[in-house]
Amino acid sequence: MQAVRTDVAVIGGGGAGLRAAMAVAEKDPRLKVTIISKVYPMRSHTVAAEGGAAGVVGAADSQEKHFNDTVSGGDWLCDQDVVQYFVEHAAEEMYQLERWGCPWSRKPNGEINVRRFGGMSEPRTWFAADKTGFHMLHTLFQTSLKHPSISRLDEHFALDLVVDDGRVTGVITYDQRNGYPVLVEAAAVIMATGGAGRVYAQNTNGGIVTGDGMAMAFRAGAALRDMEFVQYHPTGLPGSGILITEGCRGEGGVLLNKDGYRYLQDYGLGPETPLGHPENKHMELGPRDRLSQAFWHEQQAGRVISTPQGDAVHLDLRHLGSAYLHERLPLICELASQYMGIDPAKEPIPVRPTAHYTMGGIETDLTTATPLSGLFAVGECASSGLHGANRLGSNSLAELVVLGKVAGEQAAALALADPVGSSAAIRREAEDRVAGYLSMMGRGTEPPAQIRRELGETMEAGAGIFRTQEGMAATAATIAGLKQRYTQVRVVDTCPVYNTDWATTIELGAMLDVAEAMVISALGREESRGSHQRLDGFGSRDDERFLAHTQAHFQPVGAPKLTYQPVTITTSRPALRAYGAAGAKK
Amino acid sequence: MIQDKLTVRVQRYRPDRDEAPYLQDFEVPWSHDTSVLDALNWIKDNLDPSLTFRWSCRMAICGSCGFMLNGVPKLGCEQFVRDYAPGPLRIEPLENLAVERDLVVDLEPFMASLKAVKPYVITDPQKPLSGPGNLQTPEQMLAYSDFSMCINCMLCYSACPQVALAVDFLGPAAITAAVRYNHDSRDQGEHQRLPVLDTEDGLWSCTFVGECSAVCPKGVDPAAAIQQAKASAALSWVAEFALPYQGNDR
Repeated sequence: MQAVRTDVAVIGGGGAGLRAAMAVAEKDPRLKVTIISKVYPMRSHTVAAEGGAAGVVGAADSQEKHFNDTVSGGDWLCDQDVVQYFVEHAAEEMYQLERWGCPWSRKPNGEINVRRFGGMSEPRTWFAADKTGFHMLHTLFQTSLKHPSISRLDEHFALDLVVDDGRVTGVITYDQRNGYPVLVEAAAVIMATGGAGRVYAQNTNGGIVTGDGMAMAFRAGAALRDMEFVQYHPTGLPGSGILITEGCRGEGGVLLNKDGYRYLQDYGLGPETPLGHPENKHMELGPRDRLSQAFWHEQQAGRVISTPQGDAVHLDLRHLGSAYLHERLPLICELASQYMGIDPAKEPIPVRPTAHYTMGGIETDLTTATPLSGLFAVGECASSGLHGANRLGSNSLAELVVLGKVAGEQAAALALADPVGSSAAIRREAEDRVAGYLSMMGRGTEPPAQIRRELGETMEAGAGIFRTQEGMAATAATIAGLKQRYTQVRVVDTCPVYNTDWATTIELGAMLDVAEAMVISALGREESRGSHQRLDGFGSRDDERFLAHTQAHFQPVGAPKLTYQPVTITTSRPALRAYGAAGAKK
Repeated sequence: MIQDKLTVRVQRYRPDRDEAPYLQDFEVPWSHDTSVLDALNWIKDNLDPSLTFRWSCRMAICGSCGFMLNGVPKLGCEQFVRDYAPGPLRIEPLENLAVERDLVVDLEPFMASLKAVKPYVITDPQKPLSGPGNLQTPEQMLAYSDFSMCINCMLCYSACPQVALAVDFLGPAAITAAVRYNHDSRDQGEHQRLPVLDTEDGLWSCTFVGECSAVCPKGVDPAAAIQQAKASAALSWVAEFALPYQGNDR
């Protein structure tokens, strides 16, 4: 098998992976860094993030406020040492992106502009109109091209980590363009593969967001942590699930039920704020978990709007006017027009909660190190401890760069201090594992598309916004059956190049493992916290039993095993999470 | 909802077996909100799993799913089958780019062109910043903001007659990336990009047909970027004669 030797291998070419690679290059240009990505980096799903990235600027705001918003927004499941580090470094990373050319939206005097975002007590979300992820990604990617020490393996599909005596020393990949496997040997590996939203039938995510990296680390022995916490974004388009940014509400958009009533005032988020005068942490600027839960209640009460693509509520932006909408929310105007045939200056946009983000992921500490020596993880694939039980919008784009830099520096330090040589035994083992994957081509009886469809449906049914023991158990049983069928999965395509039938089927295997970790973790958490809400007698938060991270451990046969880990509390003791008038009183 | 069927005629090519590409017909059910990308995925999931094409975001921002639709370059995710009824809808790989397999084309030449134009902020070390970042007014942003909207979808390469004729032509999107940074008030790298652009094949192959701008799904107007780059290059010749070294040490 062809082998490539490098110092630091980065799996994933989105925001986190690119920032990490640049941190390696800046730390020591003698270190070789290799970015492995299953797509060209500018296709990575960072591209679809819209609203913005958080970083404290200006006299009215403070890092302490950002810390408190994040910890309470996460329902006290955040590791507070990580939150502290994050809020201290977010603005400097935003400025770093500025110096690299990111076209941040500005005030008339040329200073950075910031907008309001859900659950944030001050406007602190940096934005590039409503294409923030797109601009961050292209800025990072294009800037990465100036570093001769960064090389890329584009359209290389990562299959498995290589572990030598407890140390991760590389990754087995498949070159889709040329049609052969490539072993990448490295002193340090950074996992930056993004989330797994595609395990849900209706989601805001691109087709590539399939949890591959989570599954690779999981199989190699790292715990997947807090996987039960999956964020439903309150405003996706019904049917397609396409994301309609929270920036709409930050700019003053309101949510209406079928009676034209701003129903959020009935769910602890009121009083109603005057139209055109959004107020931080009130009404439409409440946190995402609360807003998605409010939709569910309205749906139960029959107060939602029926559309051909299913139930929805209205996101009303009309009062903002056409000129302002085109300046601040141009992509939303395009999407509403293309996909719904709607001009948001004239008609409200139908929206509904849609699976969006995995708060959980590969367990890491403050330094992005995983429990596996030699492996770091960053971005949505990781559970850094930043987001707790519910992520605040605009914290994840900032996390990519704040912790991406940390991951690069840590991996570089390890590569300098403790390089590894190649091992003949490892190469032989890698050959065997590749042979196993390649043997899937042209075999099997179970159509993968059917398994994928059933997986998405059962996750929505049993691991959605509200959960019961019965529903989750049924989903777990369904997934166990799907995994069984997957052992006979059918790959029709036998072509060695661009075999997307084969690659998406391997992705499906990852999705099954990740989805199972989600539902088993959810079954274990007998309380309601953040995005994990139960209807079966565990309706409140239980800090006695569950102020703890869930760790799911991969088992070669059967469902993952769970253990629990304490949450790091530094200054903020768990308290009542309040928004609207109740939050303002505090 | 009553579903109609439409013939989708897709170009197929498997490099290890086929001597030449050919067209294959599939009957695809569709409704009002079926995108062309949905139709391709329906074929892959239900009729032929070996059908090969790139896609991801399905919201016209990742740039993966450019195809020729009835001979016109478009993004599959933002075009709807309803607009091609009663069919047939012909889907072929983007023109002017080598076909790797089915609808997958070779992006490597573009990736090399993009890298060649130094698409990043180049600063003058003699002019350090006074604060953590630059000031840039909305008016200064206007000078480059449209050019920063390029999603690298390659539709412009497919539309441009010169991409096919002049092999080393940098092409619309790569030149646009250069101009995007040249026009950014934070950048002082124009003189470093000029030698890459100002060659017969780099910039001057463009005959200003303007098709690149006509097909751009993001309103970037690469034709304008190329005209501006030509003007700057011409100006630099004048400056070269009138003011050798433009007052700089070189």
